[in-house]
Amino acid sequence: MIQAIVFLPLLAALVAGLGQRAIGPFASKLVTTGALFTSCALSWPIFLSFVMGTGEAGVTPVLHWVSSGALQFNWELRVDTLTAVMLVVITTVSALVHLYSWGYMEEDPDQPRFFAYLSLFTFAMLMLVTANNLVQMFFGWEGVGLASYLLIGFWYKKPSANAAAIKAFVVNRVGDLGFMLGIFGTFLVFGTVSIPEILAAAPGMAGSTITFMGMRLDTMTILCLLLFIGAMGKSAQLGLHTWLPDAMEGPTPVSALIHAATMVTAGVFMVCRLSPMFETAPVALGVVTFVGAATCFFAATVGTTQWDIKRVIAYSTCSQLGYMFFAAGVGAYGAAMFHLFTHAFFKALLFLGAGSVIHSMHHEQDMRYYGGLRKHIPITYWAMLMGTLAITGVGIAGVAGFAGFYSKDGILEAAFASGGGGQVAFWVGIFAALLTSFYSWRLVFLTFFGKPRWEQSEHIQHAVHGDHHDHPSDEDAGHDHAHAHHHEAPGDGTAGYHPHESPLSMLIPLIVLSIGAVFAGIVFHHQFIYPEEGMAFWKGSLAFDEHLMHAAHEVPLWVKWMPFTVMAIGLFLAWNSYIRNTSLPAKFVAQFRLLHQFLYNKWYFDELYTILFVKPAFWIGRFFWKKGDEGTIDRFGPDGAAALVAGGTRLAVRLQSGYVYGYAFVMLLGLVGLASWAMVRFL
Amino acid sequence: MSGVPILSLMLAIPTVAAIACLFAGDRNARLIALVATLIDFALGVMLWANFDIGGAQWQFVESAPLFGRFNYALGIDGMALMLIMLSVFLMPLCILASWESITKRVGLYMAMFLIMEVVMIGVFMAQDLLLFYVFFEAGLIPMYFIIGIWGGANRIYAAFKFFLYTLLGSVLMLIAMIAMIREAGTTDIPTLLNYNFPPEMQTWLWLGFFASLAVKMPMWPVHTWLPDAHVQAPTAGSMILAGVLLKLGAYGFIRFMMPMFPEASAQFMWVVFALSMVAVVYTSLVALVQSDMKKLIAYSSVAHMAIVTAGLYALNQQGIEGALIIMLSHGVVSAALFFCVGVIYDRLHTREIDRYGGLAVNMPAYALFFMLFTMASIGLPGTSGFVGEFLSLAGIYEASSTVAFVCTTGIILGAAYMLYLYRRIVFGELTKDDVKAMPDLNPREWAILAPLAAVALWMGVYPESFLAPMRGDVTTVVARLAPAKPAGDAHLAAGKPKPAAAGHGEASGEAHHAGGAQ
Repeated sequence: MIQAIVFLPLLAALVAGLGQRAIGPFASKLVTTGALFTSCALSWPIFLSFVMGTGEAGVTPVLHWVSSGALQFNWELRVDTLTAVMLVVITTVSALVHLYSWGYMEEDPDQPRFFAYLSLFTFAMLMLVTANNLVQMFFGWEGVGLASYLLIGFWYKKPSANAAAIKAFVVNRVGDLGFMLGIFGTFLVFGTVSIPEILAAAPGMAGSTITFMGMRLDTMTILCLLLFIGAMGKSAQLGLHTWLPDAMEGPTPVSALIHAATMVTAGVFMVCRLSPMFETAPVALGVVTFVGAATCFFAATVGTTQWDIKRVIAYSTCSQLGYMFFAAGVGAYGAAMFHLFTHAFFKALLFLGAGSVIHSMHHEQDMRYYGGLRKHIPITYWAMLMGTLAITGVGIAGVAGFAGFYSKDGILEAAFASGGGGQVAFWVGIFAALLTSFYSWRLVFLTFFGKPRWEQSEHIQHAVHGDHHDHPSDEDAGHDHAHAHHHEAPGDGTAGYHPHESPLSMLIPLIVLSIGAVFAGIVFHHQFIYPEEGMAFWKGSLAFDEHLMHAAHEVPLWVKWMPFTVMAIGLFLAWNSYIRNTSLPAKFVAQFRLLHQFLYNKWYFDELYTILFVKPAFWIGRFFWKKGDEGTIDRFGPDGAAALVAGGTRLAVRLQSGYVYGYAFVMLLGLVGLASWAMVRFL
Repeated sequence: MSGVPILSLMLAIPTVAAIACLFAGDRNARLIALVATLIDFALGVMLWANFDIGGAQWQFVESAPLFGRFNYALGIDGMALMLIMLSVFLMPLCILASWESITKRVGLYMAMFLIMEVVMIGVFMAQDLLLFYVFFEAGLIPMYFIIGIWGGANRIYAAFKFFLYTLLGSVLMLIAMIAMIREAGTTDIPTLLNYNFPPEMQTWLWLGFFASLAVKMPMWPVHTWLPDAHVQAPTAGSMILAGVLLKLGAYGFIRFMMPMFPEASAQFMWVVFALSMVAVVYTSLVALVQSDMKKLIAYSSVAHMAIVTAGLYALNQQGIEGALIIMLSHGVVSAALFFCVGVIYDRLHTREIDRYGGLAVNMPAYALFFMLFTMASIGLPGTSGFVGEFLSLAGIYEASSTVAFVCTTGIILGAAYMLYLYRRIVFGELTKDDVKAMPDLNPREWAILAPLAAVALWMGVYPESFLAPMRGDVTTVVARLAPAKPAGDAHLAAGKPKPAAAGHGEASGEAHHAGGAQ
């Protein structure tokens, strides 16, 4: 059965991708979507069997892969609780995104290619989570990277999309450098790349030391840190995050599937999968906590200033991934996975909701030109509202709440309970929760409330005046300039435009995900984070710390209420600035111009990297080429030798322009001569 | 192992066909060449099928004394078998690739390619040192003609440079060979492989071989002939140059230098590492700024070959097996990439990257193949490039984590320059009229690209087919090197039995090598 779940998407991708001419676009879409719904239907029983406690972990061999000396690894599919959680997340979101794309991509001429990429991505992601050795995990890791690259650059005619695609791939490769070195080091130390064997042997290596690049280091610390660099790349953590906001160049369903629900969580999955290994390296866990908390804070601050609806959600994703990492860092792997699980539902929902808004607003993505959409697209509005309630963690402690309430509070309580660095992470997390609430409600208020501000949008103007180039590739990253022409408007800010609710194929995924965003927390939180149920549920597939989870439930009452309080403050601030007193944000910006610029420009990471890495790489490359190869090696090498041998340039020129047979003949003669001389002289 | 001298047959068929081509008309010459190379490929498949994995080290042995100590001695082991397979697999594809683009002196051209095939597989079959040398150096001549007669505008300069570089090195190798023969009293390669040369002599012999093989590789800084040769060579010439000729150097490393001079190899390990590290970073950065497609791929070849040399000199099982797989993989993938360049060059007659753009619109099948080979080149798991790169880097890490780190940066830079190339050619808006007029792949081009793609994927998903025949030979080489090989830099030391707080400081307990090679 697991073979069917994993390989059906691959098969569908091949059929749709290679056979699109033969079977046509409709069949291509049907095959891929059908395969995904089948995989999804097969995955839920596996997950539920683990929830019921009847599931059995197991490994299904597929094919021999490589054996080279002691380095041996196979293609095999591992299923345990951790995998089962990922299976349902991946196949559910993927199936819904496939369905959603029927509506969203309707006008696109390249639909079979799009669906083939989506299915290919799902296959790679499934290979990643079913990996039983580090190399197959790396296969999935790179496979999702490829699919992400292809999908970000799906509208390949747009230069910005191409640039974003390359950036995503190359930045991820920086992380992969760490991952690969981590695998090599792990193999060197343990003599195997099989994950269960490594995890079993890891405690025995605690305290040992190893030389790495001339430094004497604690073995487990350096191995875990190298692997974590890989996780940082894939999960867009601070420093290697720059690709994620740019990845929004891809079609919105892609952002929902890859850049919110599944691929970017692969790093969290990896840390949880290897959690027994990380548990032996306290220093590495400290780094994980720190990086997670820093990302959580950084991305939340940037999220408050962005105008592009997708970028706000992208930074929000980045920030939520930070939560997951610091949960893992403090040892609350169950909570990290729980947040991954709920986040997949509500973040996919938010992205697909945003897609629905963009769809109805004729590909306008700038929230400054939204407003008052509540009445026009009510289902989208309600779905987005559910997503926002879930991400901001609305709920009453001890009673009930939305999905994010359980998972985020679980993380914060565990962080508090772990003490030490965890408490710092707790406060950072609380502050980020305040910002999360602010930017999430800001998004809702700007989009759905207030008066329409559509007339300033170029996209809407195009739609109204009929000169639309009706193609989704017009999705444009933030217009910073005000759009000038808004004549002959009816005066209500609508420019005479009437947004329409999206088709059913897009609304059904929104509704299903809304159900997930509301109930995923309350239904499953016992299994994921409660001490006793957690032990029974995870069955050792990650390092579940029963004591920590106990302590997390015993935290003081104010700790439990803290997230709710800051959520309310964030809500109030957003309401105050975007509904009650709409001139406030401009005043704030005028007052704190520098701070705003710093945040609006994403802490200038891109500019910094361009100066530090991109420009020098090209400059040095040109230098090596012109001054190294041509200016030095050739000049003093062959060209110089030619001139020298021939006794001057003039002769060299004559020699060079001479007849080609001449040289060949000389060569042949020389060869024969040398060989004969050798034979006569010595043999 | 029937009585049929299959190796001699594989040499004889292209030789006869080459002579026939010289006297045939254009059409017939193409056909003769294609049939001859296909027969050789079929013989190669038979060879592989009958090769006894785990059997004798040298199989299909043939020997006939000529004069003096000079023997006509042929025989193959697993490594040679795989490289022969690579050659006979690429050859018919090269002939097909030249089918339409070569219109001048077709008979001579085909004859040159067939002679090229003879000398290439001769190099891998030779069991006599002097026979090896003759084949090894004779490979220059047809290549020299191919560049010099059918090359681009600046072909004379390129051919001249090619000649100067390679000749200089080979003289030194010949001197080293003569010294070896005098010392050991035999030209028989299997005997020489087990002869223990005195260590101080090994140093000089190693340097002599290195001078020639480093040029052939090519290693930095003697690599500058390669970009020029590629740029000027016709498409099929580039395919065979990158596909097989570049492997001769590495073959020489593992066939001669490492098993025959183990002490010297261990002694000079860091020379090879240093040059390889420079090459990976240096040539990758140079590749990034190229505006000529062929130059870019040529520089990327230098970077890939640097990982081969570093992998070989890791002196352990993973490093060497990985290096061998890179050689096979690069042979297939770079030949495919040069053909991809040839496909569009035939249509637009320029190698200037900026002249293209938006090919995904009118050439979707081409875009797909090109993407596959791009990914194989940057080592995406599931393609051939990954297996080789991964194994060799794992081996290098065992020898030195620093070298592994520097070499692994190649995966970042490689992704950058290949994707940047792909973007400029295939993606973007299709605006130029002449580019718009380019038709997608024709059946002949499909017939070339499809087998290359199949092999690139096969090698990535199930490399065991290729690793199995070579495993025993690599083990032999590793065993031969084992006494001389220095320990890796990891120095894993166990911690205190129950550390109170995971100790960072001084390592206690005896160093023991967990994992490790072999």
